[in-house]
Amino acid sequence: MNESSAPVLAPRKKSLNQRLRANWQMYALLLIPVVLTFIYKYIPMYGIQIAFRDFNARQGYWGSKFVGMQWFTRFFNAPTFGRMIKNTILISLYGLLWSFPIPIVLSLIINQLRFARYKRVVQTVLYAPHFISTMVICGMLRIFLSPSGGLINLIFGTQIDFLTQASAFRTIYIASGIWQDAGWGCIIYLATLANVDPGLYEAAKIDGASVFQRIMHIDIPELLPMAILNLIMAAGGLMNVGFEKVWLLQTDLNKATSDVIAVYVYEQGIERANYSYSTAVGLFNTVINLILLFIVNRIASKADGVQFV
Amino acid sequence: MENKKVKSSSAGLSDKTSDIILVAITAIVLLIVAYPLYYVVVASFSDPYDVYAGKTFLLPSGFTLSGYKAVFAEKTIVSGYINSIKYTVIGTIFSVTMLYITAYPMAQKDLPGRKAISIFFLITMYFGGGLIPTYLVVRDTHLIYNMWALFLPGGVAVGNMIIVRNFFQNSIPHDLIEAAGIDGCSKLRTFVSVVIPLSMPIMAVMVVFSMVAYWNDWFTALIYLRAEDAPLPLVMRNILIKSSASAAQASTISGGFAELNKLTESLKFCSMIVAAAPMLVVYPFVQKYFEKGFMSGAVKG
Repeated sequence: MNESSAPVLAPRKKSLNQRLRANWQMYALLLIPVVLTFIYKYIPMYGIQIAFRDFNARQGYWGSKFVGMQWFTRFFNAPTFGRMIKNTILISLYGLLWSFPIPIVLSLIINQLRFARYKRVVQTVLYAPHFISTMVICGMLRIFLSPSGGLINLIFGTQIDFLTQASAFRTIYIASGIWQDAGWGCIIYLATLANVDPGLYEAAKIDGASVFQRIMHIDIPELLPMAILNLIMAAGGLMNVGFEKVWLLQTDLNKATSDVIAVYVYEQGIERANYSYSTAVGLFNTVINLILLFIVNRIASKADGVQFV
Repeated sequence: MENKKVKSSSAGLSDKTSDIILVAITAIVLLIVAYPLYYVVVASFSDPYDVYAGKTFLLPSGFTLSGYKAVFAEKTIVSGYINSIKYTVIGTIFSVTMLYITAYPMAQKDLPGRKAISIFFLITMYFGGGLIPTYLVVRDTHLIYNMWALFLPGGVAVGNMIIVRNFFQNSIPHDLIEAAGIDGCSKLRTFVSVVIPLSMPIMAVMVVFSMVAYWNDWFTALIYLRAEDAPLPLVMRNILIKSSASAAQASTISGGFAELNKLTESLKFCSMIVAAAPMLVVYPFVQKYFEKGFMSGAVKG
């Protein structure tokens, strides 16, 4: 064995016993995080079984009567089942369609800005809405969309009560989401573009490539793997329409388009204490998500050789 | 020179023209993002009647601070503010500590069982028990109506933990860690006296992420805490979303119906400013680290 490879191999040659002893402090550090994760993440997974039982607290997880698929059947036969599935998927799908490409285009543009100061101001302002609570965002939306004195109605000289229009809900939800997070979504792409070899740009310039051509032939290929990765992650969350914003923007009159699974899980579980039923609905949602994640990951890894985490 | 210019114009737009186009596009985007926020600020200093009448597009009209006075006279808002500060400070210290004590061991390449522990954490990113099973565990561990219900169930933020771990692996010079080891520092000692001091950029980012998350969270508090322990955003729900409730509160402060409505409206604008301002003031200070942090996190470890 030559000397230069010795230091590299050295850690491997230690016996398991030695390595365990060398790392006991590390295990001590991990103790609390592992225990917390076990209690608050893994025990709830075990608790999912109440979706197949008629849970009541006195009899516990195992004592409660096993009822099979009863709750799922009830959910599939609920009068609003079709509406909730449709709304959840449509909000997500349209949301993805709009909010996926916008940060990419934005970061391509921002990356080409040559005035460092202006570039920084643009970034700072675009990140700002991300740091605002959903509660404040929805408060702003309610005020801006109000029929009397709301900014939107003032600008267009109309008196429309947008939040009572079922046809406007998706647009409101998605547009405000883009307003809030498109800028923040640029960070990962800007970070990727910052790693592009400056020599490439120089060479392209000398060859007479315009800004547009530099974007097309240098930046976009550079962003592609990251974009695909993000698309996979987003597709895996397709059934994850967040509870908060929908709940805060929902009115009795826009329910035809704003009724989504997450709100139903909350109403059934927390407001009505139908623990088993709510868990079953939530589980249905999670399983569909996992299936989607799996499918998209398969497709993408075949197409581009990229695989997530 | 001449030659180059000809070339670049033949290839499309010159750099100067494209500069103008790029600046114009970003200026429009800036306006779209910033104007709604600016409008809220202007409206918060204006007479609510003028806001209604559309007189406050650019500058405050009928300048007044009465809305802010009302905000700070409203007991629920003040107590919500204090609660929010408390939860944010304790939660941030807790969460960042959790991130660090998880990420450092996970960055040790010679740790037996590292892969298994890693998977143990990663699974929780893609699969969870859901609302009610988690609620039941929180209840069984006696955290209902307890502030720790906001912190403990979150446990380790796995995505952030990976970013910190990758930072430890990629951005801290190996020589320094080896040197500390040769000097007889244990791994824990190296962590405290070498790794932590060198990780300030990523710590700043994690502190801000965590602060923002706790400051803006209200759903957890809605489920687990008493109404009087509600953080600011949850208090604001009564003012912003359930307007009628806030009208009832406002009526105790002022007299007639018109006066009441007026106060409710400016209370809305002012409370939003008061709630959003702290985080908007903080994040620009660590902005330059965001990209770096994300980059070291994006590189697979």
